[in-house]
Amino acid sequence: MTTIQTGRRIPDRLTSPLSRALKSWEALLLVVAVAIFVLNSVASPYFLDPWNLSDATFNFTEKAMIAFAMAMLIIAGDIDLSVGAIIALASTVMGVAMTLGAPTPVLVLLGLGTGLTCGAFNGLLVARLGLPAIVVTIGTMSLFRGISYIVLGDGAFTGYPSGFAWFGQGYVFWVITVEMVIFILAALGFGILLHRTNFGRMTYAIGNNATAARFSGIRVGRVRFILFLLTGLMSGVAAICLTSRLGSTRPSIAFGFELEVVTIVVLGGVAILGGSGSITGVVLAALVMGLVTFGLGLLNVPGIVMSIVVGALLIAVIALPRLWAMLRRG
Amino acid sequence: MQAQTSPVLSLRGIVKTFPGVRALDGVQMDLYPGQVTALVGENGAGKSTIVKILTGIYQPDEGLIEVDGTETRFPTAQAAGQAGVTAIHQETVLFDELSVAENIFIGHAPRNRFGLIDRRAMRSRAREILRGIGAELNPGVKLRDLGIASKHLVAIARALSIDARVVIMDEPTAALSHKEIAELYELVEKLKAQGKAILFISHKFDEIFRIADRWTVFRDGQFVGEGLMAETNEADLVRMMVGRSVDQIYPKRPARIGKPALTVAGYCHPTEFDEISFTLHEGEILGFYGLVGAGRSEVMQSLFGITQPSKGACRVGGDVRVIRSTSQAVDAGIVYVPEDRGRQGTVKGLPIFQNVTLPSLDRTSRAGFLRMAEEFALAREYTRRLDLRAASLDQDVGLLSGGNQQKVVIAKWLATKPRIIILDEPTKGIDIGSKAAVHDFMSELAAEGLAVIMVSSEIPEVLGMSDRVIVMREGRIAAEFEDGAMTPENLVRAAVGIAGSENGAAA
Repeated sequence: MTTIQTGRRIPDRLTSPLSRALKSWEALLLVVAVAIFVLNSVASPYFLDPWNLSDATFNFTEKAMIAFAMAMLIIAGDIDLSVGAIIALASTVMGVAMTLGAPTPVLVLLGLGTGLTCGAFNGLLVARLGLPAIVVTIGTMSLFRGISYIVLGDGAFTGYPSGFAWFGQGYVFWVITVEMVIFILAALGFGILLHRTNFGRMTYAIGNNATAARFSGIRVGRVRFILFLLTGLMSGVAAICLTSRLGSTRPSIAFGFELEVVTIVVLGGVAILGGSGSITGVVLAALVMGLVTFGLGLLNVPGIVMSIVVGALLIAVIALPRLWAMLRRG
Repeated sequence: MQAQTSPVLSLRGIVKTFPGVRALDGVQMDLYPGQVTALVGENGAGKSTIVKILTGIYQPDEGLIEVDGTETRFPTAQAAGQAGVTAIHQETVLFDELSVAENIFIGHAPRNRFGLIDRRAMRSRAREILRGIGAELNPGVKLRDLGIASKHLVAIARALSIDARVVIMDEPTAALSHKEIAELYELVEKLKAQGKAILFISHKFDEIFRIADRWTVFRDGQFVGEGLMAETNEADLVRMMVGRSVDQIYPKRPARIGKPALTVAGYCHPTEFDEISFTLHEGEILGFYGLVGAGRSEVMQSLFGITQPSKGACRVGGDVRVIRSTSQAVDAGIVYVPEDRGRQGTVKGLPIFQNVTLPSLDRTSRAGFLRMAEEFALAREYTRRLDLRAASLDQDVGLLSGGNQQKVVIAKWLATKPRIIILDEPTKGIDIGSKAAVHDFMSELAAEGLAVIMVSSEIPEVLGMSDRVIVMREGRIAAEFEDGAMTPENLVRAAVGIAGSENGAAA
């Protein structure tokens, strides 16, 4: 009974991680980000002011927090279009509690709790009942925001406690805002979760082939459910930041957020059909988006033109590699 | 044999490389009008790549394609079609929601003078082509209402609808029954009589010897030889394919049957199977034979936690377990190598090493955090044991040939150190060399004390590898055979339900 050991030795890798990184989407995004940064500083003398730059981060921090969780959800092959509506509902719940005299810690817990509950609801419908994520979350998008409209009508909640303002208006150190710190912590947290843990690996496996992942003993439903929970949670965090920054809750709060979040994710190189992408890409995409909107704002470009520019940028960056490949093939 | 005629299509010095792999390394091939050329080779020999080059899907890096002696290029699939080259693929892409006629003429439907599709012309021409291949199908019927064999005929009709001169048949008999295969042979004869050159790719030697006029052998992307069928024999071809002689096809070792590893009692399912009871022992290879659709895969998948039985219990080792999910099955030491490798076996898009470690992440990680070094070590160990052929462990598993993907799936499960391994059609669609490797390995596993279940529809394989055979028919266990009663006749009788087979069960 001899064991056959005819196997030849297969090398672990042929390309080094460094050379791969240089050719990656993230490298391209970094070049774009630097180019926009340079362009902006040439175009406007106010751009390089640290306080202006600090202000500019509000353009993306809240969206980017959600974008990290959304990136993982999309990599796993799902999507959540209700994130803007979750913010509205979470903000409304906090507003109701505030009028009843709840202190800041309770408001924060309620914001997070509402996010988690909404995420669990989405997750249950998608992962347990097997309904398509895009249909479910289009439905809950109307549902969650609808509740806000019923509660608030034309009105608004204002008069949040002064301690609550810290999240959206506070500074940790010099020009570093609280939101920026949350953004950095979220980037690190999700970066580690996606790229360094078993959970992240399962996320990729599910996005590439959910059936084979299940046939490999992975609890696919559980992973997908947790990803919806995380997206809900991050929407709750964003709701706290946004409500705190605005100092008020209207039912139209964070309207259209979901599309901007998905735009950041896609610009960050996450495949919209799942299976690939990285948190680094999402961070860079958030910076690019933030820099573009801020730069255009300094040049007094109106909001409508800005959205045209952002749309064109998205299509250009996505089309570029494919056009390049087509040109090279002739 | 008209060996003197000049080839209709010739390939010379074709080179095709992919990142890290030289898929084709200067191969040549000639196809003659009115003759069948069999292309044989192991997995990874480059057969699929050459088909893709011939049909304009891949562009060769170097080399010449000549049609009637003139150099040509096939920059697109359309260009290959216009040159008269057409392929009937391993898994032909057809459209379930379209009609038979629409499937046949998709992409080149006859037009009326307004430039719209001329449905009447399309139907009548579809009927004509179908009749030409002896298929009495209604062109208006939607494809999803047809069986596999009829779908296959539609695929062939589609290939012929572009007035092909060269027809490529890639594993055309893989999904067909005996009767259908006989019909296919007749069809091939008809095509030959019409002067078409046929490239026939198959792993089944009886088939090749039956219908081919010429042979061409590739090995590891290189041209090994070519010649006339009449001047060769099976042993020579096998030697050229594998580069060594395969003397023993079924390396079954005498089993030392141990304690019961798995006892299934009264497993029922509302639609797929009924009252399934059997016992599997350590060190045993238990064969499951039956016709396609007898419910064998469904039973196995319920043991693996994909579906739940409506009734019944199963005992793994000493404990009674209810397996509700695949992760519970893996925890219980039951693993399953699926028949549908592409969809259920490998996660394409992930590298080889990540495929191997997927169910073993708990062991390679620490506190939920990945440890790449451990992953590579585990993947190295098991891919080596299975003699995997790959450029690197970091390579996308989807770039591997079918046989090597199967090795990755088996490696993935062995790395979990299972007690029971269920292999569903483990050698379907893979070449003789890889087949022998898989058989060898099964035998080795059983010798190490693993309990093995092998679902197979190939009688020689079932008889050659199993210690005991259970035959299923229409969702039930029809018979069980051991030792001398394990004969092809008994198996087939039990599988199709010919009276008298139950007596065989008693033997």
